[in-house]
Amino acid sequence: MGDIWEGISAGFWLVVTLDPDLVEITLMSLRVTVTATFVASCFALPFGAWLAIRRFRYRRFVIAVLNALMGLPPVVVGLIVYLLLSRSGPFGVLGLLFTPTAMIIAQVIIITPLIASIAHQAIRDIWAEYHDLLISMSTSKRQRIATLIWDGRRALMTAALAGFGRAIGEVGAIMIVGGNIDHATRVLTTAIALETGKGDFSLALGLGFVLIALAVTVNILIHAIGRTERDGKW
Amino acid sequence: MVTSILPLVMSDAVVKRRAKVLLGPVNLTISQTGFTIVMGPNGAGKTTLLRSLHGLERLAQGRAQWQTPLKDARRRQAFVFQSPIVLRRSVLENLTYPLRLRGTEKGRATALARDWAQRVGLGDALDNPAPQLSGGEKQKLALARALITQPDIVFLDEPCANLDGRATREIEDVLQASNAAGTRIVMATHNIGQAKRLALDVVFLLRGKIVEQSPAGAFFEEPKTPQAAALLRGDIVE
Amino acid sequence: MIRIIACVLAMTGTTVSAENLKVAVTTSFHNSGLSDILLPAIAEDTGIDVQLLVVGTGQALRLGEAGDVDAILVHSRASEEAFIANGYGTHRREIMYNDFVFIGPNADPAAVSDAASAADALTRIAQTEAIFVSRGDDSGTHKKELSLWDAADVARGGDWYRPVGAGMGAALNTAAGMDAYIIADRASWLNFGNKADLDLLFAGDPVLFNQYAYIPVDPALHPHVKNDVALALEDWLTGEHAAMLINGYTINGETLFTFNAETGS
Repeated sequence: MGDIWEGISAGFWLVVTLDPDLVEITLMSLRVTVTATFVASCFALPFGAWLAIRRFRYRRFVIAVLNALMGLPPVVVGLIVYLLLSRSGPFGVLGLLFTPTAMIIAQVIIITPLIASIAHQAIRDIWAEYHDLLISMSTSKRQRIATLIWDGRRALMTAALAGFGRAIGEVGAIMIVGGNIDHATRVLTTAIALETGKGDFSLALGLGFVLIALAVTVNILIHAIGRTERDGKW
Repeated sequence: MVTSILPLVMSDAVVKRRAKVLLGPVNLTISQTGFTIVMGPNGAGKTTLLRSLHGLERLAQGRAQWQTPLKDARRRQAFVFQSPIVLRRSVLENLTYPLRLRGTEKGRATALARDWAQRVGLGDALDNPAPQLSGGEKQKLALARALITQPDIVFLDEPCANLDGRATREIEDVLQASNAAGTRIVMATHNIGQAKRLALDVVFLLRGKIVEQSPAGAFFEEPKTPQAAALLRGDIVE
Repeated sequence: MIRIIACVLAMTGTTVSAENLKVAVTTSFHNSGLSDILLPAIAEDTGIDVQLLVVGTGQALRLGEAGDVDAILVHSRASEEAFIANGYGTHRREIMYNDFVFIGPNADPAAVSDAASAADALTRIAQTEAIFVSRGDDSGTHKKELSLWDAADVARGGDWYRPVGAGMGAALNTAAGMDAYIIADRASWLNFGNKADLDLLFAGDPVLFNQYAYIPVDPALHPHVKNDVALALEDWLTGEHAAMLINGYTINGETLFTFNAETGS
């Protein structure tokens, strides 16, 4: 128990005194994950919506694959991205390995299926509700998609936040492709792994607090959005 | 004003689902004016008939012919569903939605929406989220949203089936006012009292086929089929 | 004219200040804390921003082979010589050494503290079947441990022998949790914060010395590597300032590393 209290108080002081290392690492985490969430959402949200309203031959198959990809093991994604970006890999000339960009690429791959799948379910529900009305009003395809995305915006935001939540706490992939380089690619999760390895639990716990606070905030947001969604259905 | 999209002529129309005939063959002409009530026992095909007239069902055979090109005809009609579908938006935005689809300028759309909200008694609820309205309010909203574009014809599928007396009366009043102003109305109902109050003519359906089409007086006085007579007596009709 | 000067200044400015160099180093080196002393001094003296990739020796060598780093600093002589022989590195330059130590529960059920040599210590552990944590991650420390077992010529691999497949710190954490014996480098041990009931039980056998060497990745194989910067770093690492910092680095009054580079390249 002694370790835990010592760690908690040390971690607490790091947070309240805005320890420069802690701030730098937290900002890097946010930079990587916010960017990854944004990029992934740009692909995943329209794709999820498209999948919900478009009927085509292999639709069920695509949805099944998407749901399976939600469970992609991050470590494997990290390894594959590592091999692709390595100097001796196919994209080696870009020199992206061990940069924040590499971490963003790995996170985008990990969270895109998750966001697309949640977006698909949300849009599918609204589409089931609106289907007859929008057909009756003889809306064009573009008008339908615009209406569904606008009226489903809360659910889509929830999807993006879920992606953020998964990415911010992920360590396996970004450790491999980012390399956990001090002042360059060190983020909350990799720093926690490192400090734990050194047996220095106070910084690890301080970083852990920030990470938990971020994750809790995101989950509260998801919950709040979800509740307005259920209460208001609008 | 452009010429009306009516009359609508439906000829030899058949609707199937998984090889089973749900409706037809149906031959029916919907004239330019009037108030048609579609009656018949449960499962007779009232909803399917309305939906196929409106173009929501694919015809396995036959055709429904409007007087103007289909694209134009589709924009000048509206449908009110049995359980109201409201957009997850405010009452005001629900009302402006069909106008904005047609490119009506925002200020004018808002003015029209306020006017129609008043007419159906939702004047105080303009900014409320539509999904939070009561069943009766939702249906009044759906009706106002259908009428706001001044369509040539409105189809209504048992719009008062789940509503209390007051909401039913308000909806009937709005319908009769619109009908008097020239909107053609085709409405399905179970409620014989409502049919008697509103109908100018009656289409009676049995097992997917139209078995009688008569002026309201004649239908209620002297129904041509024993099934219609039984229905009017309040007996069970299969 | 002014514009040209500005351009030239800007160009030289970026080449001097933004020179970064990726170096793969072993966890044991990084955990010692020495890098926290050396990196700022390197940046100040040479303007080189050294970016450390802290990995096991096995992965460090792979990073070098793939050209993903500009140089490596590791401690596993046989692997290093194979690395050079296969053409991945230009040359191997010895920098410094530290030593490995035996860590174990302070009750010392295997009486390792009475051992005469490293081989004797391992024999005692094997005979009493005391729990022993092995790095098991193909790192330099792991390879050293395996070579010690081979030299002691005792069987291992019973239930008491536990390869954890983790870095030095994580392996020490595991050993602390299980009251197990473990071989660690002295630097990692002294810097380790979670000692619990563990103690340093045996050290000093010359076979436990741990030589670190610096190898620049061969630019003939990977033209993008910054060989000139890697050579500049080598000059610094083998120079007087480095010698002073390395020999002067202590934890709790104990010297950790001995500088042994042959100066003047």
